[in-house]
Amino acid sequence: MPTDTKRRLKNPLPAVVLVLFAVFFILPVVWLLLAATKTDDQLVHNNPLSFGSWHALKANWDALTGYQDNAVFTWLGNSALYSVITLGITLAVAIPAGYALAMTEFRGRRFLLVATLVVMLMPSATLVVPLFLELNEVHLIGSMWSVILPYSFYPFGVYLTYIYYSTAVPPALLDAARIDGCSEVQVFRRIALPLAAPVVALVGFFSFVANWTNYFLPYVLLPQSDQFPVQVGLGTLLNDVPQFNPTVGTLAVQRPELALATLLAISPVVLVFLFSQRYLVGGMLAGSIKD
Amino acid sequence: MTSSPPQNARASAALANRRAVWPGRAGHGFVAAYVVLLVAFGVVPTVYAIYFAFTDSGNQFAGLSNFISVASDFRFLPAIGHVAVYLVCWLASLVVFVVGLTLLLHRVASQGVSRALRFVYYIPGALAGAASVMVWLFMLDPTVSPIGFLLRAMGFDTFGQVVAPGNMPILLTMIAFWTGAGGWIVVMYGALNNISPEIIEAARIDGAGPWQIARRIQIPLLRKWIVYMVVLAFAGGTQLFVEPQLLSQASNGVAGRDYSLNQLSYDFAFQNNNVNTAAAISVELLLVGLCVAGVFVARSGFFDAD
Repeated sequence: MPTDTKRRLKNPLPAVVLVLFAVFFILPVVWLLLAATKTDDQLVHNNPLSFGSWHALKANWDALTGYQDNAVFTWLGNSALYSVITLGITLAVAIPAGYALAMTEFRGRRFLLVATLVVMLMPSATLVVPLFLELNEVHLIGSMWSVILPYSFYPFGVYLTYIYYSTAVPPALLDAARIDGCSEVQVFRRIALPLAAPVVALVGFFSFVANWTNYFLPYVLLPQSDQFPVQVGLGTLLNDVPQFNPTVGTLAVQRPELALATLLAISPVVLVFLFSQRYLVGGMLAGSIKD
Repeated sequence: MTSSPPQNARASAALANRRAVWPGRAGHGFVAAYVVLLVAFGVVPTVYAIYFAFTDSGNQFAGLSNFISVASDFRFLPAIGHVAVYLVCWLASLVVFVVGLTLLLHRVASQGVSRALRFVYYIPGALAGAASVMVWLFMLDPTVSPIGFLLRAMGFDTFGQVVAPGNMPILLTMIAFWTGAGGWIVVMYGALNNISPEIIEAARIDGAGPWQIARRIQIPLLRKWIVYMVVLAFAGGTQLFVEPQLLSQASNGVAGRDYSLNQLSYDFAFQNNNVNTAAAISVELLLVGLCVAGVFVARSGFFDAD
């Protein structure tokens, strides 16, 4: 029987497939990085995978930041503000809730657990129009809270926390603290919360990425350009690229500027990705196998 | 991945006992804020959607008339068809390629290479939302795309030709796969790592090749994860909005702005000022979501609450 190594040498197909997919995943990213360094003319006529010039990058930067008086920074700032506040509320709400579902008994616990599972499987996009109607009723449309509050509701975070506590934290530890006279709040603050660092990081990561990349909800709920997060801002920029919208007037934005704006828009998520990469590849699975 | 029943039963009994010793209001305190958000942004909008779906613009009970006017709208059946075809392409490619690539990756001898490849596959995940659509607008524009030569070889010379409605299921699948597959590959890879090497070794000694090991041991043990992935991808797929919306915007309507159900719902609510009909679409999508969630929670055992 041939060993694995011999087999692979004989059959190059698996390696070819893996490399082809690597190209598929990485090529658009490489192209995007390079596109920001070119003029629109170079984008069309030069090799797609060539570097333009630092000069062109600077010119694109100036043109982009000049667009609607620094609009791109306003959008990035909005995204940061919305994402960070949402993240804070999500963690403050989801961690205690997941803890209580896993570690304490109270009336309605089972019902709440099932409700969480059901809501978790129904992505919030379905509810965008009803949310608009609801928030319209309480006059929150146009306020930043109209996107922050609905997104702070993050059942997936509660579920992750629940799984983490049910599998990774030994109940005896908490019981010991209770016998020593800790109140339930003290047990949570002194014992359970410090142990939750991995799941706090995980919930925080998923929540941040979800908030930062959210499009539909702010697109519907925020009427003014200076309130847009950067995702919706990209759509506005797209509208002013003549190659994609020939009716554009004097506001024209060139394609390399759109590419540069896209790079700016993804940079915070990429940073978080790079910092948590090692952790995520392992951590994504922490608590995923129940027994 | 499964433990023996007696152990489970004992664990549940111990769990129940432990909770019983510490009853009281503490649990309510910990979940209070979450319950407020659940009611405000889960229950109330759902109730609102149902209320609006069954009333008319004058707040009078309207029976099923909103549902009938949705169903008889000329854009409705095509939108369902579009979403259905997209879902089939998206789910099939996800299952085939994610499972296939994970199995191949798992056979790569060098840990470093396998790690690096997983990371590369994972990178596009950072470009979710509008950003990924921006990237693909360029990838699909033959004049600037690095694969422009391929597109031209297939007879596409302009962006408008590429995003023709007939190509949309493939394009949307590519975008979704590009951003979403890497994360699932990481998850599946971890699940494969959890299969005990002894089982694989035993099968190998019995004469099983890599193909048989994959088919008879690895894939069956991944089943739970595959089902989980399909359900989440299905639920997400029915929500299609940002991709077709921006493709439509960039192609001046070559790709229609009423392509998906959520786009149609948006159009009803904000272009036609007909929130009741929009709410009817939301209710229908919610029903589909609930059914899928219900089947999944009931059948898979993934969410065994205790």
